[in-house]
Amino acid sequence: MKRPGPVMSMAAGLTAMPVTAQAHLVNSGLGPFYDGALHLLLSPGDLLGVLALALLAGQRGTTAARAAVIVLPVAWLFAGLIGLSLPVALELTGLSIVSFTLLGVLVAADARLPPAVIAALAGAYGALHGLLNGAILAAMGSGVTRLAGIVLTSLLLVLLAAAAVVPLRAFWARISVRVAGSWVVAVGILMLGWMFRGTVSS
Amino acid sequence: MSELHIRRQTLAATAALCAFVLLWPLAAWAHVESGQAGGFLSGLSHPVSGLDHVVAMIAVGLWGAQLGMPALWVLPVAFPMLMAAGGMLGLLGVPVPGVEIGIALSAVVLGALVLGRVRLPLAVAVVVVACFAIFHGHAHGTELEAGQNAMLYSIGFVIATGLLHGVGITIGLIQRWDLGGQVLRGAGALVMAAGLYFLWGATA
Repeated sequence: MKRPGPVMSMAAGLTAMPVTAQAHLVNSGLGPFYDGALHLLLSPGDLLGVLALALLAGQRGTTAARAAVIVLPVAWLFAGLIGLSLPVALELTGLSIVSFTLLGVLVAADARLPPAVIAALAGAYGALHGLLNGAILAAMGSGVTRLAGIVLTSLLLVLLAAAAVVPLRAFWARISVRVAGSWVVAVGILMLGWMFRGTVSS
Repeated sequence: MSELHIRRQTLAATAALCAFVLLWPLAAWAHVESGQAGGFLSGLSHPVSGLDHVVAMIAVGLWGAQLGMPALWVLPVAFPMLMAAGGMLGLLGVPVPGVEIGIALSAVVLGALVLGRVRLPLAVAVVVVACFAIFHGHAHGTELEAGQNAMLYSIGFVIATGLLHGVGITIGLIQRWDLGGQVLRGAGALVMAAGLYFLWGATA
């Protein structure tokens, strides 16, 4: 049996690291749907991941972008519904940071991934955050309407960002996307440091 | 409908969404959130609040512009990640000796490289920039004020640093003209002089 290497062990340790729960709900004054929409827009960690995924999908062209636009919100919704039925709120801050950092690495590297892999990444990212959002919403007594607001906002964000990147042809424009990916990675590395230090408040 | 038209519409929609989010009144919160915007603004302003950081970041852009492709984009892509690695070392409590001297030396060396229009191989250039990036990250990336949001601080810090590189690259475009090339080397001399001043301060 193959033993896990140091990288896998460190990743497992990161994801299992206990940190303070920072769940928060936003009150827009317009009802739970818009509260959910604002929740995503005001959660920079989630936003970074969605934008990094959109940039990655946009880099790989129309087919990959379409796959991400469809798979991300669908996975987010179904995982969110599962999360709503969980008895306790999950706290996977480490995994969340690692996920958007890895997406940033792929954007910075301009990784030539096939659309199926982009779709799988979108599904994994959507499922992770859907599960987290659903569990938190359930713990706070909120429900499907708020989750729908989050999901629709994720759809709009990935759609707009990917659509902005797909037609980019100029060399400098595509480099700008890669630079944005490196910024996401830098934020992720710093956040891992803050997490180790116990200062994370996302 | 032309591709250009569709692109303009997409950009307009994105800008409208950003404006909507920025202008949204944040008076009502489910619970009191404090220090959120402060964290971002603090991170954004931190790199530009110290001249040592500013001149070194701009010098990275200037040197990248002098080196041309692919260093022009490799250096600005690599620098934020390596700077963050330096910040992580600081957050983990790993000491880096002579941080202030290293920061001052970064301006001296990068200024000298621009002044001499030194063309190093890409890998060597990345290593040079990486070493200095770790010093800058270690010194500046961890200075979060109490109560502020670490994520927003980090985002602001990284964006400001990246934009400083952009300023350097943009200034570096003047080398297309003969006189501009000389002016660029003069800018390198200024960076180097500033670095010597910082080095004097760091070692005094």
